[in-house]
Amino acid sequence: MIKITKELIDEHGINEKEYSFILESLGREPTITELGIFSAMWSEHCSYKSSKTWLKKLPTSNDKVIQGPGENAGVIDLGDGDAAVFKMESHNHPSYIEPYQGAATGVGGIMRDVFTMGARPVALLNSLRFGDINHSKTKHLLTGVVSGIGGYGNCMGVPTVGGEVEFNACYNDNILVNAMCVGIAKINKIFYSKASGIGNSVVYVGSKTGRDGIHGATMASAEFDDSSDEKRPTVQVGDPFAEKLLLEACLELMKEDIIIAIQDMGAAGLTSSAVEMASKGNVGIDLNLDKLPCREALMTAYEMMLSESQERMLMIIEPEKEKEAKSVFDKWGLDFATIGVLTNTNNIVIKHESEIKADIPLNILESGAPSYNRPYKIVTNPEVDQSYLLKSDKKIIDILKKLISSPNLCSRRWVWEQYDHMVMNDTILRPGGDSAIIRVHGTNKALAVCSDSTPRYCAADPTEGGKQAVAESWRNITSVGAKPIAITDCMNFGNPEKEEIMGQFAGVINGMVEACEILDYPVVSGNVSLYNETNGKGINPTPAIGGVGLLESLDHFSTPNFKRKNDNIIILGDTKGHLCQSVFAYEIFGDSQGLPPKVDLILEKKTGDLVRNLVTKLKIDTVHDISDGGLLIALTEMSISGEIGFQLNIDKSNLNYSFLFGEDQGRYIISIEDKNLNDAIEYIEKSNISYLSIGKTNGKKIKIDRDNEIDIEELRDLYENWFKSYLKSN
Amino acid sequence: MEISVIVFPGSNCDRDVAVSLKKVFKRNPKMVWHKEQTLPKSDLIVLPGGFSYGDYLRCGSMAANSPIMSEIIKCGENGTFIIGICNGFQILTETNLLPGTLIRNRDLSFICKNLPLKVENSKSRFTHKYSANEIIEIPVAHNEGNYFADQKTIKNIEDKDLVVFRYCNKDGIINDETNPNGSKNNIAGIINEQGNILGMMPHPERATDKVAGLIDGEKFFISVLESIQ
Repeated sequence: MIKITKELIDEHGINEKEYSFILESLGREPTITELGIFSAMWSEHCSYKSSKTWLKKLPTSNDKVIQGPGENAGVIDLGDGDAAVFKMESHNHPSYIEPYQGAATGVGGIMRDVFTMGARPVALLNSLRFGDINHSKTKHLLTGVVSGIGGYGNCMGVPTVGGEVEFNACYNDNILVNAMCVGIAKINKIFYSKASGIGNSVVYVGSKTGRDGIHGATMASAEFDDSSDEKRPTVQVGDPFAEKLLLEACLELMKEDIIIAIQDMGAAGLTSSAVEMASKGNVGIDLNLDKLPCREALMTAYEMMLSESQERMLMIIEPEKEKEAKSVFDKWGLDFATIGVLTNTNNIVIKHESEIKADIPLNILESGAPSYNRPYKIVTNPEVDQSYLLKSDKKIIDILKKLISSPNLCSRRWVWEQYDHMVMNDTILRPGGDSAIIRVHGTNKALAVCSDSTPRYCAADPTEGGKQAVAESWRNITSVGAKPIAITDCMNFGNPEKEEIMGQFAGVINGMVEACEILDYPVVSGNVSLYNETNGKGINPTPAIGGVGLLESLDHFSTPNFKRKNDNIIILGDTKGHLCQSVFAYEIFGDSQGLPPKVDLILEKKTGDLVRNLVTKLKIDTVHDISDGGLLIALTEMSISGEIGFQLNIDKSNLNYSFLFGEDQGRYIISIEDKNLNDAIEYIEKSNISYLSIGKTNGKKIKIDRDNEIDIEELRDLYENWFKSYLKSN
Repeated sequence: MEISVIVFPGSNCDRDVAVSLKKVFKRNPKMVWHKEQTLPKSDLIVLPGGFSYGDYLRCGSMAANSPIMSEIIKCGENGTFIIGICNGFQILTETNLLPGTLIRNRDLSFICKNLPLKVENSKSRFTHKYSANEIIEIPVAHNEGNYFADQKTIKNIEDKDLVVFRYCNKDGIINDETNPNGSKNNIAGIINEQGNILGMMPHPERATDKVAGLIDGEKFFISVLESIQ
């Protein structure tokens, strides 16, 4: 018997108050296995102890939401009996320690969350953040993460269709790897994790259990320090081949009425799936670990309960149906073991080698789970007058060249060409646009999906940043002509025990709540990753938003590339010229003072609704939202992707940095053929949205004025080559 | 006419190719599990893309030893049409139904993109609907697509006109710069000497749907259909 010492309790991240609660509720000292279970279930990662009072504020329903947060993934209604199932999750700490495996298992984990609900995964997205490009680890982490994401998704045969990559020194020692998966299911064939039926079997399927990833959830809930590399053994190793088999076997079994409940074994492995399934069903659960398929000899109950070996699922089925279920897993060559039974005790009881290793009332794991109202202070940057950002004699064209080839605005082609983004043959709009479009297989409707965040805005003003993250996602879905339906979020923040960081969390949530409500764009699933700091330095607050929208018909949608010469280019929305917190301010002046642009959510909604109508009713086929880098960057992206130039025709007073590079929110660029112009203008005027005609598409050059013009080819080279030359450099 | 698509554990383009075949052939192919000992009567056998056995050991090597393969080898030797796409091509080289092998891409990374291909042999039973030297656009998605064989084999393939597709640019230029993965002589697809077995790394099944963007793969499947009829 291992003696429970103060050191052991500390090592498990359990504080004094929590430990006295354990002693009191059990009426005895916990065993080491029990201590491990408490530690995992009460870790920040599993219990959301710092965040849950805030997460409750987020809107989680609208008329399309079938399942909000609380299940393996969120579910929305796509009509015709189809549903989309989706979620985003972080795998930050493992990816920093071992980038390939960390990223790969992040992708594997999020796919399991989706197919455990009966959905076939149809799209993967990600949101990646790395340190400064000159930091010694950045190249290694970038190449490792990208090949890990590709390695897993490509092998699974699920297209990776979207994502974002940002470099910023605040992520030097704590990169962010957030992965999102979207699946399609039939509404009447969605599977949940609530266990039911006393006497039913608890069945383990998938890969065998090894010693990898023990205490991953606890690691993910601690700050990193210089000894973090020593934690390498707690990173799991992925086997996408095993997961592909598990996917096919699960979906095959799900065609029959056999599975009562199912959940994947993710963070905290068997512990969290067994505890959560039984708790949701208000039943007890007995596990006999002698039956557990193990990869290694002499594993203890503690190790089996806390292993985070990948590609495993826990199911509840009726004992008489075991044989039929097993035959499916036999076909796919996967382990299938009945390891327990549901009981009426409301306890989780773990037996191993004829001993009871743990016996805990489930309600104390749940009700006793700590929940903190941590003190917080929302801090925003002081407002500054931006006039100092206008004082430069740099030519507009030189600034454009610098921005378009800067690490955070250049083409991400090097990244997404390493991902199979077309397998399944339903990728209608590939990576590189505002959203990807994925056809619902065998139909003429489609999903629009995207992932977004602007952490520098959140750092400068958490509330406005939170609003903006949601609004930008909504805008990106709108840009392709789709109707935004719901989001998943991955909230990456620093140490919540610090008032200002908790204030960032609170502010971002407040902003998100407002945006989700006004835009009718609720949160249906998500994940919180705290303690993202190293040696006391926090990351920029990074709420990654994964958006999903519906395109009722593929007959009409829009893309950003210019399609024709002589089209009229029009900006929808107000251009005020806000430069503080812009990419321009950072890249040209090295400046990050002041406040981010404000989001007017009411106007945002009106403008977006107009854009959607222009696409679906007036057949406008070219739309791009204006985001990082402002107007001129958005226009240049439209030119490069369409291989058609443009000539600006604007008032001389607008030929300035703030008009061309300001990042005012809620704006779109559209391009319209002459013959449709009058109808479109009439429609726009009726909807009372301000617009400005700024020129025409033309030739192979970008012409701003007589002194500022350039061949698209030259810009394309700058835009496309940054990644390759960066990775070649020493 | 009967078509069989062989499904290995880890195949992931099996459904995609079935959709394209159904569109062109107007019939559903049979999906045949790799553990079957007997093959249904087939006029065309397709080995789809994917990661059979996770690409472990060596791409295609384990699948080449699946139970169904001995039947397929027999059929191939007796003149049945066989198409191997991507991982299917790798399996065909592992069974020696086609010469050479596919090694890791020159730049050591996975490549997924549309690529121009030159139809080098437009007389084959798989390509006769294309015009001579036609430049078509078909996507690739692979990590091990670098076609390699010894000089004697390459010479034999070239002399006998067994190269059907070569990587090029949109003007048809074939050189190192237009070679995405380091393949010998920019080889993207070959046939056997009897002309009934084809292997190619690009995915024609990803180019038969206008809504998704590309249609140049259609003529490939129509060529096969007409050859069988």
